[in-house]
Amino acid sequence: MVQLTLPKNSKIRTGKTWPKPEGATNVRAFHIYRWNPDDGENPRVDTYHLDMDKCGPMVLDALIKIKNEVDPTLTFRRSCREGICGSCAMNIDGINTLACIYGLDEIKGDVKIYPLPHMSVVKDLIPDLTHFYAQHASIMPWLETKTNRPAKEWRQSIEDRKKLDGLYECVMCASCSTACPSYWWNSDRYLGPAALLHAYRWIVDSRDEATGERLDDLEDPFKLYRCHTIMNCAKTCPKGLNPAKAIAEIKKMMVERTV
Amino acid sequence: MRYLTDRKRAEGRGASGTGTEHHWYMTVSAVGLALIVPILIYVIGSTLGSDRATVLDVFAHPVIAILTGLGLFVGLQHFQKGAQTAIEDYFRKSTKKVLIISVTVLSYGLTAFGLFALAKIAL
Repeated sequence: MVQLTLPKNSKIRTGKTWPKPEGATNVRAFHIYRWNPDDGENPRVDTYHLDMDKCGPMVLDALIKIKNEVDPTLTFRRSCREGICGSCAMNIDGINTLACIYGLDEIKGDVKIYPLPHMSVVKDLIPDLTHFYAQHASIMPWLETKTNRPAKEWRQSIEDRKKLDGLYECVMCASCSTACPSYWWNSDRYLGPAALLHAYRWIVDSRDEATGERLDDLEDPFKLYRCHTIMNCAKTCPKGLNPAKAIAEIKKMMVERTV
Repeated sequence: MRYLTDRKRAEGRGASGTGTEHHWYMTVSAVGLALIVPILIYVIGSTLGSDRATVLDVFAHPVIAILTGLGLFVGLQHFQKGAQTAIEDYFRKSTKKVLIISVTVLSYGLTAFGLFALAKIAL
């Protein structure tokens, strides 16, 4: 049966409480998950305090401030700081989202930050996305053609191009897949919302000539049909996309070629 | 510890080429049950408090008997396939197979008992 409780060495303990900044009047507490694979200790939640009058507006600003001014050992991924790279995905205030575009003013009370749920942790807020990326690679996220390459370009009508809207914007942050209970229990076989959204992006591309093969590769009770339309993916997506709709479209195409 | 590449772990054994018929059956049976179940609830509700002979008369009516038979068969098939999906979600290896077999036997058994009882009433 699936494991419903954390193993002993993964149970989270209360960690260190760092001192409040001196002279600050607008102080906010940040409870942040910490785990270091090298010290052999259980994960813990450290508490930091920041002077909000000297902090930027986003959660990532606070994390960078903590790393720069309080605790340089705090580890997290970040790059673009504008919601394009998908690096800083984490669980903030119970929601999987991008720290760089999630405003501190959207959170009431203390700020709780954990890594993306149900993933192996590399360190602190960094999840291991190896399997997630391998699943993405398995859906062949590139244009597959059989016709000889045209002299100038593969042409596409404006209407067909519009079908890619709401799909191509995905930044592969893994917020959706790690919010999906089906992916939690069956990520070894279920592709998850992100990979399936990308699969649909290539299936629906008018220039792609491998539609049948792509559908063949997805027709499986686990790879595709573990989606039970829970909709956590659409609710959590920091880019406002709807992976559940893309999965439903794939299912419709499967039915259309069967019935 | 198995030395498998990330891609091999992700690809697994490939796609089985099944699942669509299960998905389509669940969709169709859900629509069917959405029509049948309210009628059956109304029929059963209208017989509450009646004596045994009246209830038997109601279920002996051809339309009600056919609807009840359909409700039994389609409902239990829907249950069996839905329960199988739930078992596949949460259980692994031998436990999964034993539970799927048990649910299948249970649903076919209940269907057989139900249809036999209905036939005794209606025929």
